[in-house]
Amino acid sequence: MSVATRQPATKERARAHRRPSAWHLVLAPVAIIFAIPFVQMFLTSVTPAADINKFPRDFFPSTLTLDGYFALFRESEILLWLGNTAIVSAIAILSHIVLCSLAGYGFARLTFRGRTFGFLAIIGTIMIPTQLLMIPTYILFSRVGLIDSLGAAIVPWLASAFGIFLMRQFFISLPAELEEAALIDGCTRLQVFFRIILPLAKPAIATLAIFTLLGSWNDLVWPLIAINNDQSFTLQLGITNFQGARRTEWSLLMAGNVVATLPLILFFLFAQKQFIATMSFSGLKG
Amino acid sequence: MTDTKPRVPTPTPSPTGTAPVPRLVSVTGLGERDPRARRRRSLRDNLEGWAFVAPALVIILGLSLFPAVWAFLLSMQEWDGFSEPVNVGFDNYAAMATDGDLQSALVHTLVYTALFVPTSVLLGLFLAVALNRRIRFIGLYRTAIFVPFVASAAATGILTTYLFSPQFGLLNQILEFFRLPAQGWLEDPNQSMVVITIMSLWGQAAFTTVIYLAALQDIPADLLEAARIDGANPWQVFWHVVFPQLAPVTVFATIWQIIQAIQLFDLVYTTTRGGPLGATETIVYYLWDAAFKKLDFGYGSAVAYGLFAVTLLITIGVTIYSRRSNVRAF
Repeated sequence: MSVATRQPATKERARAHRRPSAWHLVLAPVAIIFAIPFVQMFLTSVTPAADINKFPRDFFPSTLTLDGYFALFRESEILLWLGNTAIVSAIAILSHIVLCSLAGYGFARLTFRGRTFGFLAIIGTIMIPTQLLMIPTYILFSRVGLIDSLGAAIVPWLASAFGIFLMRQFFISLPAELEEAALIDGCTRLQVFFRIILPLAKPAIATLAIFTLLGSWNDLVWPLIAINNDQSFTLQLGITNFQGARRTEWSLLMAGNVVATLPLILFFLFAQKQFIATMSFSGLKG
Repeated sequence: MTDTKPRVPTPTPSPTGTAPVPRLVSVTGLGERDPRARRRRSLRDNLEGWAFVAPALVIILGLSLFPAVWAFLLSMQEWDGFSEPVNVGFDNYAAMATDGDLQSALVHTLVYTALFVPTSVLLGLFLAVALNRRIRFIGLYRTAIFVPFVASAAATGILTTYLFSPQFGLLNQILEFFRLPAQGWLEDPNQSMVVITIMSLWGQAAFTTVIYLAALQDIPADLLEAARIDGANPWQVFWHVVFPQLAPVTVFATIWQIIQAIQLFDLVYTTTRGGPLGATETIVYYLWDAAFKKLDFGYGSAVAYGLFAVTLLITIGVTIYSRRSNVRAF
């Protein structure tokens, strides 16, 4: 999507060059307000403990210290949790790309009995709220021994109805001539899919990957229910538990917050356009 | 849905579009006069199709349709997960009607919905209009407003308790600066839901902003030009030309945000845990507490079905209302 690139009327653009727009008076304060929580997060993570309990506190710390980070790495399993979340998100993204693309392609291009029914069944599940599924899924996972293991956090993220819908919409919009030529040349469907279709689907795959990354990285409710063993904690679950245990050690808590959030912030800054495309695709969060 | 359909990046469209392209089956199946060969061919097609979709289908249906049916069976039982389940028919649903705690959770959820939905839609509209121009620093403004979208509920919760701390939080420091009385924020039952709303808006304003921004840029420029030539001032252009064009997005955003608001849980969990004095206990928080703290799986499932029904009714209601007013969001 071209939110970032398309331009309003040219007249307006010409005018913008003549004098500074009055909209700065609106946008600058709003942007600062939106930036403050993250700025405070970074600053507090490098503020000495003595400065934090001072009132009124200075916005910028008097000295910078990494004590919060040292304490965090010493006294919590944050690196283990970071690794766990990285594993969950990596598997989720990979599995989403493979399974949702295959299914999306199948529903978009192949003709087989029950295709419409299967697709409608999948789209129908979007209506079911996750709250309805928590209890039976918990029981199901405890029966098969997944509860308290990292697998419990991974399995619900292997594929999603949203992902299939996204990929199907994309494949429907692709011209069919390319695949037909390859099929006549004797390629199998799977070869066509992996060699011709997937490389063309990069923009849709980027959207799918970001959607899955955001959801799986930030998920809290399900790990909270399914994982009680701190060796299998995800990052979000870890810092939330830590928050309960260390209510007042703010530089340490904020250091944990930075570890949990910085990867996504950096990723956002590097791939802002793709993120915005994903955002407008679904408001899924948390 | 025209304006609000998911914005999937589209590839370069073929000049012919997809419609006139001959079906694949007819290309490869041409000249197969032998009916046995054709049947073999269609069997192969069916198997091939299902092989593509089956892995994802099994996972999705197995983790949604199957548990949804199971949840309904559970809602007719009294069960703590260990002892023998007891069938109680619709008793759990009947109990919901007289459950005072559930009713206050419903009220808290409605309060949050009433606070969050209009503000998030209006804020999105306002920010989209503000951001929809080529001025200096626009990229910076956009980044600052959009980046909180990546903040998790866990991170937002920690930031909320910090910024709104009655003792040393930034908000009370600002009040202090203006010689205003310090507030209790999350520790005040009358303010805690407002604080949660503010931080939800911080994290989610990007969503409504982005969909409005996309819709704004789809409005044909000559439409605005025509209104201006007719002598409309910018304010009139906005309310009489731009805003009606955005109606489908408004309906979509409203429905979507209502569904999100009704399901509020994680920001409550990471800030107040339902407190102070139960003032922020929402329906989903109550559900979670009933099912996973009190281990009342039957009652929890009944509450979940109640929630599902309410969500469905609201969605259908808003859709019908907007269809009557000739706005199509879907």
